Amino acid sequence: MTETPNPVAFTPERLAKVKEIIARYPEGRQKSALLPVLHVAQEQWGWVSSEVMDHVAELLSIEPVEVYEVATFYTMYHLDAVGKHVIEYCRTGPCCLMGGEEIYDYLKQKLGIQAGQTTPDGLFTLKEVECLAACGWGPVFQIREKFYMNLTRERVDEIIEELSK
Amino acid sequence: MAKKILTEHINVPGIETFEVYRKQGGYTAVEKAIKTMTPEEVVEEAKKSGIRGRGGAGFPMGMKWGFLAKPEGVPRYLVCNADESEPGTFKDHHLMKCIPHLLIEGMIVSSFALGANKSFIYVRGELMYVIRILEKAIEEAKANGFLGKNILGSGYDLELVVQPGGGAYICGEETALLESLEGKRGNPRNKPPFPAVKGLYQSPTVVNNVESISNMPWVINNGGDAYAAIGIGRSTGTKLISASGHIQKPGVYEIELGVSVDEFLNSDEYCGGIRKGHHLKALVAGGSSVPILPAHLITKTAAGEDRLMSYESLSDGGFATGTMLGSGGFIVFDETACIVRNTWNFSRFYHHESCGQCSPCREGTGWMEKVLHRIEHGHGSMHDIDLLVDVAKKIEGNTICPLGDAAAWPVASAIRHFRDEFEWHITNPHEASQPGAVFMGAVLA
Ligand SMILES: Cc1cc2nc3c(=O)[nH]c(=O)nc-3n(C[C@H](O)[C@H](O)[C@H](O)COP(=O)(O)O)c2cc1C
Ligand code: SF4
Ligand code: FES
Repeated sequence: MTETPNPVAFTPERLAKVKEIIARYPEGRQKSALLPVLHVAQEQWGWVSSEVMDHVAELLSIEPVEVYEVATFYTMYHLDAVGKHVIEYCRTGPCCLMGGEEIYDYLKQKLGIQAGQTTPDGLFTLKEVECLAACGWGPVFQIREKFYMNLTRERVDEIIEELSK
Repeated sequence: MAKKILTEHINVPGIETFEVYRKQGGYTAVEKAIKTMTPEEVVEEAKKSGIRGRGGAGFPMGMKWGFLAKPEGVPRYLVCNADESEPGTFKDHHLMKCIPHLLIEGMIVSSFALGANKSFIYVRGELMYVIRILEKAIEEAKANGFLGKNILGSGYDLELVVQPGGGAYICGEETALLESLEGKRGNPRNKPPFPAVKGLYQSPTVVNNVESISNMPWVINNGGDAYAAIGIGRSTGTKLISASGHIQKPGVYEIELGVSVDEFLNSDEYCGGIRKGHHLKALVAGGSSVPILPAHLITKTAAGEDRLMSYESLSDGGFATGTMLGSGGFIVFDETACIVRNTWNFSRFYHHESCGQCSPCREGTGWMEKVLHRIEHGHGSMHDIDLLVDVAKKIEGNTICPLGDAAAWPVASAIRHFRDEFEWHITNPHEASQPGAVFMGAVLA
């Protein structure tokens, strides 16, 4: 798990990216950069701690509370430390029709954890999410930017094995 | 083969690159619009096409463009809604991933029509890989003079920004989307004022779905009248349908509006029929928000006419015996599906996604989820069924945004058409709460 260092600082490449994002919006509308910048932050630290949120507020010249409000509203931002791989498993109806619930039970059993938990070795965190706009290819889960679709027990075995290396 | 407007070139190898897209005739609509047409003429073609918004509400696109306020010295914005989070809907995801330049080209001609110099594509954050694909396409278009300053030497400037969401279905609602784009929580705004007058940054704004905008290159190249000649009646053009559930071939299909539901469901060109050895039980035709239909009302209307894939035919019979085309999320259930379980699942979704601003929605979705959970898990009472109907009624029409209705309709329609299945869960709690248990009464009787 990644701890946020103190003081918090983006890598030079990410800081350049953050500045490029802020420049996308009209004068005085830099708050629009908040969601994209939080994604960049999460890419760097794996989650967004309050130190990270304070730093983002400073970069965007907005109040820290404006960042907290947003980070807590949206489901993609992790507000606690997470494992190396966060498995975001679709629990919505169409995926369930494709056997999503059985595969989910299998995955939970295999990892020995429930939704919201992290495996003791810190490798996997399990999170339930709603429809990922991939219903025709269900069951589906996502890890970072990658979609894993048409899941079967065998596919789950392969993926977990691959990511455990 | 039926007419293809959006997907004609989708399988051409390399179509995601500027070079191949251009070879297939891409960006000619930008040339035509910017070099030979006025913005008003582009709006006129959109009006003639009769195209209706593909995001779910089906509002005529040209008419919406006509409402855009044009005060002197105030910027105007076009915002593309690529939030696609309605369960059962995955067409925009597919289109943007496979043929990103189509949306970019559509954004350029649409922005030109509206006089926007900065336009946004708001993509749900989970599709970060698609955002990267779109950003690459934008770079390519810019390098080739179709975006940026002084496009094709016309003096028209346009910048496109791709904005990721943060994970929230409600941000698909257009005013919540604008709030989110301003860096805030996705709370829908009270209307009026409508976005056409006060939208993004309090400026006049048009919000349109990915698929709506992606039709514009074809409309410009071929004319609005040619577009209106495709389809049936007021359902002009083609529609992308996301097909999922118990069918042979789930996927995204482009249909000419007016094809019969029977053909779409059973022909090999589309879904290929129900999976082998099973039969049709129910259908959600337009994404999780629209009323569910039982088998006997799917391919025929209550009046016994063939049901067609069009705005009008799908809603034939109103909510008593019809449904809606919605976003085109076509979810098919065979006899192994438990309607109560699915209804509970959907109500959990709406409860989870309610922004919480209005009490009928916040409290009502929570209540429905709780009651459905107890019926599904063998603890329901007969009184619960009427309670659900009552709660659904109290939400409907009493909220700031349509998410409340969207949460109420699936519950009300499931009870309307599958009441015996709910009753069976209550009278046979032990049996009904076993994993995979399904009511077979209607079939055996
Ligand atoms: C709860 C809710 C979610 C919505 N989600 C979407 C969506 O994901 N994509 C979309 O295009 N429209 C969505 N809409 C409809 C939009 O509010 C809006 O009508 C649409 O983007 C307008 O574009 P169109 O006219 O081209 O369809 C949603 C509406 C509601 C009430
Ligand atoms: S209806 Fe629901 S989602 Fe829409 S504004 Fe009210 S509480 Fe929010
Ligand atoms: S229901 Fe799982 S991706 Fe849509």
